[in-house]
Parts: sequence; C-alpha cells; structure tokens
Amino acid sequence: MTKKTKLILSAAACVAMFAFVIVADNFFGNFNLRVFNLCAIYIILALSMNLLNGFTGLFSLGHAGFMAIGAYVCALLTMSPAQKELNFFLAPIVPVLANVQLPFIPALVIAGLVAAAFAWLIGTPVLRLRDDYLAIATLGFAEIIRVVITNLQTITNGALGLKGLPKYSTTGVVWGVAAITAAFMLALIRSAYGRSLKAVRDNEIAAQAMGIDVAHVKIVSFVLSSFFAGIGGALLGHLMTTIDPKMFVFGLTYNILLIVVLGGNGSITGSVVASFVVTIMMELLRFLDGPLNFIVFKTEGLPGLRMVVFSLLLMIVVIYRQKGLMGTKEFSWDMLAAAGRAFRKGRGDSNGGSAC
Amino acid sequence: MLNVENATIRFGGLTAVSDLTMTVGEGEIVGLIGPNGAGKTTAFNMITGVYRPTEGAIAFNGVDITRLAPHRITALGLARTFQNIRLFREMTVLENVMVACNLRMGVHLFPSVFHTPAYLRRERGARDQALDLLDKVGLIQHADEPATSLPYGKQRRLEIVRALATKPTCLLLDEPAAGMNPNESRELMDFIHCVRDDFGISILLIEHHMQVVMGVCSRMYVLEYGITIAEGSPEKIQKDPRVIEAYLGVD
Repeated sequence: MTKKTKLILSAAACVAMFAFVIVADNFFGNFNLRVFNLCAIYIILALSMNLLNGFTGLFSLGHAGFMAIGAYVCALLTMSPAQKELNFFLAPIVPVLANVQLPFIPALVIAGLVAAAFAWLIGTPVLRLRDDYLAIATLGFAEIIRVVITNLQTITNGALGLKGLPKYSTTGVVWGVAAITAAFMLALIRSAYGRSLKAVRDNEIAAQAMGIDVAHVKIVSFVLSSFFAGIGGALLGHLMTTIDPKMFVFGLTYNILLIVVLGGNGSITGSVVASFVVTIMMELLRFLDGPLNFIVFKTEGLPGLRMVVFSLLLMIVVIYRQKGLMGTKEFSWDMLAAAGRAFRKGRGDSNGGSAC
Repeated sequence: MLNVENATIRFGGLTAVSDLTMTVGEGEIVGLIGPNGAGKTTAFNMITGVYRPTEGAIAFNGVDITRLAPHRITALGLARTFQNIRLFREMTVLENVMVACNLRMGVHLFPSVFHTPAYLRRERGARDQALDLLDKVGLIQHADEPATSLPYGKQRRLEIVRALATKPTCLLLDEPAAGMNPNESRELMDFIHCVRDDFGISILLIEHHMQVVMGVCSRMYVLEYGITIAEGSPEKIQKDPRVIEAYLGVD
C-alpha cells in the first residue's frame, strides 16, 4: 500500500468520524448522545493515563484526584454568581470566588493548568518511587484531594457538591477536545521526545546512560498526563452538570485503568477503541444491576453486578492476553490489509484453495 | 583524559572498591580485569555516576564528575555499555540508536510535539547519523527490526553503536565479550580496535577473560576484592605473580 493511499484512507476516516459526530449530535436521543459524549471524555482520560502508564512506564493511580481538581476549578470559574449563592447555603462561598465568571474555554484551560501544577508539586518527591510504591503514593494523593475537597466547605461546598453547572460539554466540545488530545498524543509519541519517554519505560538505567534526564522526562509526562486528566474531569463535570466528592473515588480511576489495559498499555488507537467498548458496555450491562430472573433463582437487583463482568474480563485479559487488544502497536492500514488478506486466504483454503 | 583518584566505595561494612587510582589517556584502550566479584562493574558504576564514591575523586577532561548525575556525565562525552544487555526492548534497532542521538540534538517537548521546521531538520539529521552509524558497523539491514530479535552478538554490537551515537570521547565497555565464543570475541576485539581508530576515542573495557584483552589493550589494571593488585602492559601483567595467584590460585 502506498503512502498516498494510506493518507487518503486516513483523511477519509477522519471525515467519516466527523460526519458521524454531526449525525449523532442531530439524530441521537438524549440518553444515547450522552453515552456517546461520555465515550469522548473517556478517550481523553484513557489517553492521558496511557501516556503515563503505557508510554513512560509509571504506574500511577492518581487520576481521579487530578480529575477532581479540574472539575472543581472549571465549575467554580464558570458558574454564575447567582447559581453559586444557591449552592452554598450552609456556608457562604469565599468572596474571591463569589463573583468570578469566565467563558468555558479559558476556564477549561485553567482547570487543566491547575491540575498540572498540582502534579508538578507532588511529582518531585513522588516520582522517586517506582512500580507499586508509586501506585500507592498517587492513590493516596487522590484520596487526600477527595478528603480535602469534602472539607473545604467555603470553597467547594463540601460533601454537598456543586449543582447546576452550565451545560458546556456539548458534542462539538467534547469530541473536539478528544480529537486534539489524540492528535497531541500521536504527535508526541512519534517524536524524538516520545522516544525518550519510551526509553525511560523500557530501561531506565540505559536511558540515563544515553544522556536522558530521567527525572525530568518523568515529571513532564506526569504533568502532561495530569493536565489532560484535569481537562477530562472538567468536561465530565459539565456533562453531568453536578459534581460532588463521591464522584471521584478510586472506582473512577479503575474504569480508566480498565480501558487502558484492555486497549493495550502503550497503544493510542487501542485506548480509543477500548474507550468506546467499555463506555458502551457499562450502559448496555446496566440491566445486570436490576432485578434478574435466572428461572432457577431470582435476584432483587444487585447493584454492582455489571462491574463483576468487567472484573472477569480484566482477569481473562491479564491471564490470556496481557498485551490487551493492541499491545504496544498502533492501528495501521497495512495491519487492516494484512488481516483482510489473511481472512480471504483462510476462506479460500476452506473452499478448496481456489482463491488467491 | 579520565582520571580516577583514590576512589573508594563502601556499602555498609563492605568495601566494594578501595583506593582505585587509574587514568585513561587520549586514544588509549585500557583494560580493567579481575576475577568475579572483584568490583569491576562497581568501579564502572562509580565512574558513570550510578554510584557515588564514598571517598576520592573522578575527573573527566579536567571536570570533576564525582557527584554528577549519570546523564550529565554522558553529556560530557563519557558513554557506556552494560554487562547484561540493556536495549530498549519495544523499539527497533534504528530507534534504539536515535534515542541516543537525542542528547546532541537538544530535544524539547513542544518543538517535538508541534514538529517545528527546526525540529524536523534536526530529526532528519539524527536519522541520517543513526543510519550512518548502523551502516558502519554492519547492522543497517536490521534497522527496522525489533532490537531484541537480533542475535546475541549483534545486540552487544548495537549497544556499542547506541553508546557511540551520544558522540562520546571516551567509551566504557562492560564485559563486551561476555557469553561469546572465542571466535566471536576475536571479531569483537577487532571491532573495538576499528571503533577506536574510526571515531578517535579512548576506550576503557572490563573483561573477565585475560586472553581476550591481552591483544587489544595497551595497558591494564587488575582488581581483586576491590583492591588494585597490578597495573601495566599486558606482558607485565601476564608475568605478575599476584595476578597469576588471583586467577589460578597458588598452593
């Protein structure tokens, strides 16, 4: 396949996706559109986690914390003073924040930057740790953020959460941001800097010996990942229009980790595909949480049963296909062509080998 | 150009290397030999900044590198390979070398991501340099293969090429002939000679088998239990009673 054909195919795929987003925006029902937009947000979150876990080899579980920071910052910056007054009925909001109201895009960028700033602050001490220790430290950080948010009554409205966020997470916005994130990650991974990231992942000691400032590369990756996590959190908040500290528990990080592992730790296209699969399955399997009739026995509704399906799926992947869907490879047209040839060949053979 | 002065390193009560004093001159090939566990690799790790010596000083081209981080030492022109091969597993042969080119290319995050013209120019330069290096050492036909699919001997060679891509003036090779048969190690010694002559660099190499280094080094140091027991030309070392004792044991 020539380079030109591939370019045309890629352009066609982009146009098709763009058209699909427009069609979805205009013709999907309310619920379906919401799930479809949730896919875009999970793409952003999965890509940001994959940058850290898959491309830099840092096992971090702090995503929910950075998302919470992003969501709260963006919400507080965009809500109208009147809406804030309605929310903060237990204790009034601090005066500095009471009258601030910014347009959505600047607020979104600031939300990402604040999350990134926190990442930079905790990065220096925490990134000295490796593997499980790093995971535990970042998980601890996420929990601290959640507890702090719960207790900062005059800034975050504590456990009551914030309600009535403006509905800024429209189809165009979430898919636009998802496209920018994907393009950014692809460009990063294929660049010289991306090679430095992968070198740190593959062999830290060798990377150091090749003149790569490992500590710096890790911080950059951590800060970038947190920036996109903050943006993803902010978009999620404006999609739900309600946020509270309980939203950002460890389970949220787990969902993103599930996507990254299923799609392939170190594959951008894998994360994108898995985001769709997991987000849609989460909704399709919702019936499992309700009352079930197995003929032999009946259940009265077991909330959380659908998560058992995902846990099983994760176990199967970990045992039989640790690489996930794509491994560290990326989808390419050559891969599709090869699969097509293999398929035709397989069918041809079963027909007596007449096809070429 | 490389001066190690009275370098000592202790891990708790264990003195791994004691009072090591050695020099490597311009264009020299110097050997560091000794039996298993003599502290050769520890000495290397000390020089390249992986460990910090408890006492003593290390200077490279007049710069004190005793307490520098490994990547800074590499930036000064001191590159190394590893005893147990440490290639970047998920990358191709070419990418492995190009990573090492990053150092002299000056890679920054945003120019990389946005593919600025200056970045693209440097990237092309790095690719050409990497391909050129691979061509010189006869690995060019493997450029797009995964690094770990190469046979053992070629993986060792790739490690040396990768180190060369950082444009060093002094190269440290940690047991480059480990696990090779006599034929392969002879080939490798020729290769090391070529590297020295083509790139005009000095080389410090650790070796376990004395025969291998005899032919290639102009001077050598012998370590045993962290202590330098002999130094000098290969001929002198061969006759040294303490070296013979260390290697063969004496009744």
